[in-house]
Amino acid sequence: MAVSVDEAVSAGPARDRTPPARSLGGRGHAALEIALLTVLAVVMLFPVLWMIETSIKENRDVYAVPAQFFGFTVTMDHFKDVFVAPGGGRSALSVAFLNSVVVAGVSTVLATVLGVPAAWAYSRFAVKAKKDQLFFILSTRFMPPVVVVIPIFLMYRQVGLIDSKLGLILIYTAFNVPFTIWMMKGFVDEVPAEYEDAAMLDGYTRVQAFRRFTLPLLVPGIAATAVFALIFSWNEFVFAIFLTSSDSVRTAPPAIAGLIGGTTTDWGLVAAASVVFALPVLVFAYLVRKHLVAGVTLGAVRR
Amino acid sequence: MADIEVTALHKRYPDGTVAVDHVDLSIRDGELFVMLGPSGCGKTTTLRAVAGLERQTTGDIRIGDTLVNDLPPAERDIAMVFQFYALYPHLRTRDNLAFPLRAEGLPKPQVRERVDEAARLMRLGPLLDRRPRQLSGGEQQRVALARALVRRPRAFLMDEPLTNLDAELRADMRTEIKHLQGELGTTMVYVTHDQVEAMSLGHRIAILNKGRVEQIGTPLEVYDRPASLFCAAFIGSPPMNLIEVEVTDGKLRSQGELALTPPPGLPRDRRLVAGVRPEALEVTEPGADRSVPARVVSVEWLGDEIIYVVDHGGQRDVRVRMPPTVRFAADAPVGLRHTGGTPAVYDVSTEGLVA
Repeated sequence: MAVSVDEAVSAGPARDRTPPARSLGGRGHAALEIALLTVLAVVMLFPVLWMIETSIKENRDVYAVPAQFFGFTVTMDHFKDVFVAPGGGRSALSVAFLNSVVVAGVSTVLATVLGVPAAWAYSRFAVKAKKDQLFFILSTRFMPPVVVVIPIFLMYRQVGLIDSKLGLILIYTAFNVPFTIWMMKGFVDEVPAEYEDAAMLDGYTRVQAFRRFTLPLLVPGIAATAVFALIFSWNEFVFAIFLTSSDSVRTAPPAIAGLIGGTTTDWGLVAAASVVFALPVLVFAYLVRKHLVAGVTLGAVRR
Repeated sequence: MADIEVTALHKRYPDGTVAVDHVDLSIRDGELFVMLGPSGCGKTTTLRAVAGLERQTTGDIRIGDTLVNDLPPAERDIAMVFQFYALYPHLRTRDNLAFPLRAEGLPKPQVRERVDEAARLMRLGPLLDRRPRQLSGGEQQRVALARALVRRPRAFLMDEPLTNLDAELRADMRTEIKHLQGELGTTMVYVTHDQVEAMSLGHRIAILNKGRVEQIGTPLEVYDRPASLFCAAFIGSPPMNLIEVEVTDGKLRSQGELALTPPPGLPRDRRLVAGVRPEALEVTEPGADRSVPARVVSVEWLGDEIIYVVDHGGQRDVRVRMPPTVRFAADAPVGLRHTGGTPAVYDVSTEGLVA
């Protein structure tokens, strides 16, 4: 941008114009930008690339010095190990994946079912101390979740929610509801309330009017919000490792972390499990990418 | 068709805002009744309370013989047209029109018949198979009107329906609405902040300010004798001149010695203001018969008329409406003459009409 402006200027009379050094500076600036972005891309993507490579290498190639980037034997054994236990039957990891699907899925659905109507109510009605309430809801997200891990652990032990999927579902829902309310309120604000007014005059109750006319217009927003909630629950590690212990309850993040340590670490298995773990969210986000962009620009930006 | 009776309406929101302080209205059967006022005056809230979209804090609303306080909107047998039209975006025009009828559970042939009738009345024939986003603003508004009248309600409620249209279209739609209301003879309550709309449409106008009714009257009554200083300043473009006067020698005299005929029954010992319409004054050559000295401050050439702003006895904003043939330059010394009848006189402290 800066470069093209300078070029356009240099065609005219040179009096009182930007010196050429500035144009060089602009070009140098662009080069620096590209260089920095390249470095950043490599730094960001190399671990992913290395994870994928490790997942398809044989164990001796994993430990090879110097490291082999190309020309190793490709194997799918690690991926088989992710799903199948050594003696046959289901592996602990596959159970963990299933747990992750259940916990992340149910908590996302719960957060959406609770958060969307709440967002609608905050958007449409004159609620007493509305701003204070919304601030309070947001304030639950001010601290890092790890701060409350000990109190939650003690409370869960009292009520018997320790080492249960329900416990994880509840805590993830609790973290996702405030986020859902805030993000969805932006979307609901964008839908004119007059649709509901008109529907009520046409004979629908307020709730029916919301369900039949506003809700369909909110679908893109709900999709975007749900993806963010899903990613949070899917990736969550701290609560999962503190609140669960048995293989039958554990979600994937602590289960994968549990592979590291002991006498030897099967890095091929860790990498393969990580690839499998990363895929669903990637695929899902790709499918709803249009809504995600809409969610970031439309829901978050206030007119 | 029905009359609408609003008694001591008061609406206070949970956050403490008072939208409507105290409103009494009795709207006659078959009347086109306009509620006029600046934004935040409570006119829309009043209308929404009549529609049942807001529950009033206290007060009663009757439509016909029915007390509708606790009836949901659908059971009040009214139709409403909104500022943003509120056509269902996923439905074609035809289905948008049929929607309220289907919701009522009317049999299919009857639905079709009524939709066709409304479409004919609003000339929507070619638009019936389009969706709202394929229609222009004016077309959407015509569809919205058709959707309101397809139900043959007891009353129409209009919430600033022309605000989002451009000026030319607005004038056309105004004529159309007035004609339609006359044709159907259905009671219509029309909310607007546009005085031109109010004057040209209304059989009667209620002027609202700060949640209270300032005046109710026919357009002419409202124009000729505004009931308060607020109404005087709100109605008319340019608005009424408010000139401070004193009673001496049986005349109302301004500081610049402009003499007006006093109305009978003026109270004594109060600060008074006379309301004089711009067309009740005249700019003359200086020293003309019955004129007082003034000076032109600025001139607005409007083509069909000229608005002179003159400085009269220290008051620099006296507006005078003159035909375009009478021409004075800015800064020219002129004469100012009152040509109208008895002016409306207001008490400065109560802001009300005293005589």
